[in-house]
Amino acid sequence: MRMQIFIPQDTTALALGADKVSSLVAKGAESRGLHADIIRNGSRGMFWLEPLVEVQTKSGRIAFGPVNTSDVDSVLDALQASLDGKVLIDHALYLGEVKQIEYLAKQQRLTFKRSGIADPACITSYQRLQGFVGLTKALSMTGQDIVDELKNSGLRGRGGAAFPAGIKWQTVLDTAGEQKYIVCNADEGDSGTFADRLLMESDPYQLIEGMTIAGLAVGANQGYIYLRSEYPVAHKILNIAIERATDAGFLGANVCNSGKDFFLEVRLGAGAYICGEETSLLESLEGKRGMVRAKPPLPAIEGLFGKPTVVNNVLTLGAVASILEQGSDIYKNFGMGRSRGTLAVQLAGNVRRGGLIELAFGVTLREVVEDFGCGTLSGRPIRAIQMGGPLGAFLPKSQWDTPLDYEAFSAIKAMIGHGGIVVFDDTVDMAAQARFAMEFCVIESCGKCTPCRIGSVRGVEVIDRIVANEDRDNNLILLHDLCDTMELGSLCAMGGMTPFPVRSALTYFEEDFGISSRGDH
Amino acid sequence: MEKASNVDQLIEQFKTLPGGLLPLLHAVKHELGCVPDSVVGPIGKGFNLSRAEVHGVISFYHDFNTHPVGHHTVQICRAEACQSMGSRHIESHAKQSLGIDYGETTADGLITLEPVYCLGNCACSPSVRIDDDIHARVDQTRFDQLITELTTPNSETSGVSS
Repeated sequence: MRMQIFIPQDTTALALGADKVSSLVAKGAESRGLHADIIRNGSRGMFWLEPLVEVQTKSGRIAFGPVNTSDVDSVLDALQASLDGKVLIDHALYLGEVKQIEYLAKQQRLTFKRSGIADPACITSYQRLQGFVGLTKALSMTGQDIVDELKNSGLRGRGGAAFPAGIKWQTVLDTAGEQKYIVCNADEGDSGTFADRLLMESDPYQLIEGMTIAGLAVGANQGYIYLRSEYPVAHKILNIAIERATDAGFLGANVCNSGKDFFLEVRLGAGAYICGEETSLLESLEGKRGMVRAKPPLPAIEGLFGKPTVVNNVLTLGAVASILEQGSDIYKNFGMGRSRGTLAVQLAGNVRRGGLIELAFGVTLREVVEDFGCGTLSGRPIRAIQMGGPLGAFLPKSQWDTPLDYEAFSAIKAMIGHGGIVVFDDTVDMAAQARFAMEFCVIESCGKCTPCRIGSVRGVEVIDRIVANEDRDNNLILLHDLCDTMELGSLCAMGGMTPFPVRSALTYFEEDFGISSRGDH
Repeated sequence: MEKASNVDQLIEQFKTLPGGLLPLLHAVKHELGCVPDSVVGPIGKGFNLSRAEVHGVISFYHDFNTHPVGHHTVQICRAEACQSMGSRHIESHAKQSLGIDYGETTADGLITLEPVYCLGNCACSPSVRIDDDIHARVDQTRFDQLITELTTPNSETSGVSS
């Protein structure tokens, strides 16, 4: 039997040299007379271990990591020595059986259960791992039954706004129209997030399946994946997967001989963060400037090209496939309060063990950062954690015991958003971070509403004056006033939430602005 | 002249595609390396849009540069996760060592430097994208190494170890 060696091909593994490792493994295996097939799988999301090299053995799938080019020879030597099964593998990078690695074993993977197991473009592997089971079930259900199943699951939009997905679908189903659309928001622009990318690069058929189910549910025959141009690897893999799914009859005309059509296309964004906002995304898909639309009308009623449109995030549509496969009762048993199911936490920034951690809602921020992350990569104490991307609040130590739950986070003026966690050590300058939040809004504002377009420019200036101690007290009043205007007067979350990181920095890290501290947080 | 006719072909190809303007602009950029002012008129004609509307779309998106860029595009991530790992130092080092600011191209036309806001590689920051390749955990030494690989294309500077 030939040996199977798995080397990931996701963006992070590639960015850490996986291609070079792969070609060295191929050469080394050949020169040792090892009969090995190299499979370029997706990533498990344990990014601190990438490139993670896995080998299928009689006793399970074992792993080495992180394997750099200089480690390849010794890893292959250790493998060869253990081939007869008499010698145990002895290598500093040997991690044992993959699924026993604590980081992975402690997770509750539903959406990411297949991530990293197989070649993401291989449709047979996807089917072998329960792929398209949900679609098959959906094909025997009415649109209303599918929507009811989704409602029962309690799934809320994973893009950030956490709107109940079933209610959105119901609106589209109930709106009369010859032409309806399913749009996947894959414009994952928040810093500290990579879950959409990982799903698209490691399990693209799941997204395709979820979108097809959405099409069947609401009566849409055309879908678009709006993908950010910063994701070239995902772009390539998605296009291959769409082509193969179409060839295999899971997409296109007459899906699985059901008599129903669902066509799917990837459209590339062009480097505008604001196009992650759903109405701006729709404008962009129509070939226009990505200017935010006023709501109402809701996209569910007048969306893409004025037609009823479901706009959901990658993870929401991914979850749909597993909810249909396993049943909504299983899904809703995970979680707490009104946050049902699992959250794909993305642990990033200055952290020792960064990666994708899928857990039921309810775990605390501290548990994620300490138990999974094991502290900062720099080895210095953690000072601040930003949750939910560039529009999310900076959380001081006193708030790290907040459970990951949409309501618990909004109660402290913070947000879970898309689940990204960025860790900062004690060298961070929080005044500079607050300034950056405003600066980012200057760069990325679509310009439609004044509080966002002008407010952000004035915000940068006011923060500069506060830090330079120019009439500090009055400028602080002005900054709070400006934040009020932006929060209350902006059309969308860009201007409306930019004050969150600014205000949290001011409230909990005032000493960085030159303000004398009034207490320890 | 040949390039202009290619653009005409692209306009023909994309004008009937629903929402075809962005895909067309990507295709034009791929063909010409930028989206120059000279294509605005023909695109407007093909898509039944005013020059102002076409210009408005081009100028809205960071990706659609109107002037040619260098042979390689080097993008440094400025977003928060990379900041937490010292990307501000990489930014200033890059500007200083290349002798250019963001949006500028080196005198030899080899490298254009750009900011980027998140490459989705946030667990292994700081990140740098060179053309379509993303690089993780880039410090100043690694940055210099990557630039050397661009300037001496046949060099075998592969190690993370040097």
